[in-house]
Amino acid sequence: MGELVDALAVALKAGLGFQAVFLALLAIGINVQFGYAGLLNFGQIAFAMLGGYGIAISVSQWGLNFWVGVAVGILAAVVLALLLGLPTLRLRADYLAIATIAAAEGLRLLFRSVSATPVTNGTRGLSGFNADFVTLAPWDTARRYGILGTQWSGAELWVTVIGWVLVALSCLLIWLLVRSPWGRVVKSIREDEDAVRSLGKNVYVYKMQALVLGGVLGALGGMVYALGTASANPDQYQNANTFLAYAALILGGAARVLGPVVGSMLMFFIIQFADTGLRTLIGNGVIPEDLLSATDVAQLRFVLIGLGLMLLLVFRPQGIFGDRREVMLDAR
Amino acid sequence: MPADHTPGQPASHGATASSGATPGASAPEHAWRTGDAPRRVAQAALKELPWEVGVAKPDPTIVVDGVTRTFGGLTAVSVDHLEVQRGGITGLIGPNGAGKTTLFNLLTGFDQPNTGTWSFDGRPLGKLAPHQVARLGVVRTFQLTKALSRLTVLQNMLLGAQGQKGESFLRALVPGTWRSQEPANTEKAMELLTRFKLDRKKDDFAGTLSGGQRKLLEMARALMSDPKVVMLDEPMAGVNPALTQSLLGHVKDLREQGMTVVFVEHDMDVVRDISDWVVVMAAGKVIAEGPPESISQNQAVVDAYLGAHHDAPLTVEEEDRVLAEAEAAIAREENAEGDVIGSETRREEDR
Repeated sequence: MGELVDALAVALKAGLGFQAVFLALLAIGINVQFGYAGLLNFGQIAFAMLGGYGIAISVSQWGLNFWVGVAVGILAAVVLALLLGLPTLRLRADYLAIATIAAAEGLRLLFRSVSATPVTNGTRGLSGFNADFVTLAPWDTARRYGILGTQWSGAELWVTVIGWVLVALSCLLIWLLVRSPWGRVVKSIREDEDAVRSLGKNVYVYKMQALVLGGVLGALGGMVYALGTASANPDQYQNANTFLAYAALILGGAARVLGPVVGSMLMFFIIQFADTGLRTLIGNGVIPEDLLSATDVAQLRFVLIGLGLMLLLVFRPQGIFGDRREVMLDAR
Repeated sequence: MPADHTPGQPASHGATASSGATPGASAPEHAWRTGDAPRRVAQAALKELPWEVGVAKPDPTIVVDGVTRTFGGLTAVSVDHLEVQRGGITGLIGPNGAGKTTLFNLLTGFDQPNTGTWSFDGRPLGKLAPHQVARLGVVRTFQLTKALSRLTVLQNMLLGAQGQKGESFLRALVPGTWRSQEPANTEKAMELLTRFKLDRKKDDFAGTLSGGQRKLLEMARALMSDPKVVMLDEPMAGVNPALTQSLLGHVKDLREQGMTVVFVEHDMDVVRDISDWVVVMAAGKVIAEGPPESISQNQAVVDAYLGAHHDAPLTVEEEDRVLAEAEAAIAREENAEGDVIGSETRREEDR
């Protein structure tokens, strides 16, 4: 029993850790684009990579100040959003999806390519860029801290706290936006662009604003991740993360301010709990070794997530926070 | 909400539809409430006009000149000259595929023509995007109703209001800049919803409305923007007959308020009932225009709907002539296909 409590504590840490912050910021960005504006961005991870590498390259390679790195990361995300949006936002939604998924994969391959090695250090990645950030912590970052039965290093705790502050500020921003007339226009664009055009709104500008805002939030997520792992490696930014963020968004409820946040926390909690819990059960012989070995667990936890999502879509398609009536309207 | 409540002050919505030159067009904003006798100023003004295509109107608001739009080899619209009288209801009719909706799309910026110019109140509309046309005061509805399903009826209405400060990204973050506009817009929206008998539905999702109610909502939403010209694409399609009567009443109301209405409709009873002027299109061209009573007598219109030879039996000589013409056309086409084929067939004949 005590082992299961330990597994719960480990899962709790995962649900509150900087990985959850990373996923939450990706999902908040996707929520702006997909949940409110109806834009299909299948390459959110590319914005995160530019955010993380914005700091990593600026500090480690160019020797610039940490805050300049943050600005570089955000600027790079804005530029990417503009580059992707300019040609595709006048077209149907599918084109943005195609362009973003291609850009995400292309940028990752570019960053790990030999020709980019002088700047990105290729597959070996960059590290040692978070010292400026860690020294800002008001507590001793060399110590370990125990909170609710979980163990945190000082630096990790600092990244996580700042990460959740960012998440809170982002949610506040989204909340302010979606209850304003701006949010009304953006939600209407999701429903029918032509109707919004016929009422005198410049749909293109609104879609671009949503794309850029979502991209910048994704870049902030990437920065949190890079600072949390203290390294930047192109293969950390696999596009599977984009789809994990979509899953978290749908789990929490799309077009809800807190949907992506709670979805991300829950997602990491479930993944980690399934992982640790199953390992514990195998370890003390509750699950026979020849039925399931510890090496299978890593795969099985994603099977469980998939199963859970299927059940969710059947029994609660609106996610945790969504409004069932609203979701069922599409079925008409 | 602090002291920024300013009800009764319609903010930037003071500028309304009425800016016409004729006395009827400059009707006060709330004229429809007073129950005056209808002032069919436009109808009177159009009475003296000859019933011919491209005739100049006394006070045109929309003028179309030489507009053509082709899709590949098909000429969807080819209108030489068309004027729409201000403050009147102009019906646009024609068989399926006549180019009515395409003309609507061109006039409202949703599509760009291959050639031609068209203007609204003397201001050329070429190269304007749909939202720019709408901001000038030309608002349209769609043949396939576009209710914003997952927004409430009231939110649908509020979207239509123009000059909303909170629609800019940065100002949206400072509620103080836009909050004072909301009560005025909401009041206006509720007034319109009451007129269209949708006020009880204000908090329902628009997606739950029936087809006819969506048509009403779309029209009411268009009116939120205080348009000068309302373009209705088949407003009665799919609406039950009882509702049709009330929709007709609403369209007539628009004229009483001094708006110009252009509408596409297939139901001739409706067209006769409410139009001041009817424009008939067929195969992309305007083939006739005139007051509604003139249209059913017009030979070109009858031909367009029923076919040119619908009542004359085909004689033997005529049949022969048609066949001969067809053969001649085929022969011409074969000759035109080029020398290669021609020389080959000749060689085959030589053998």
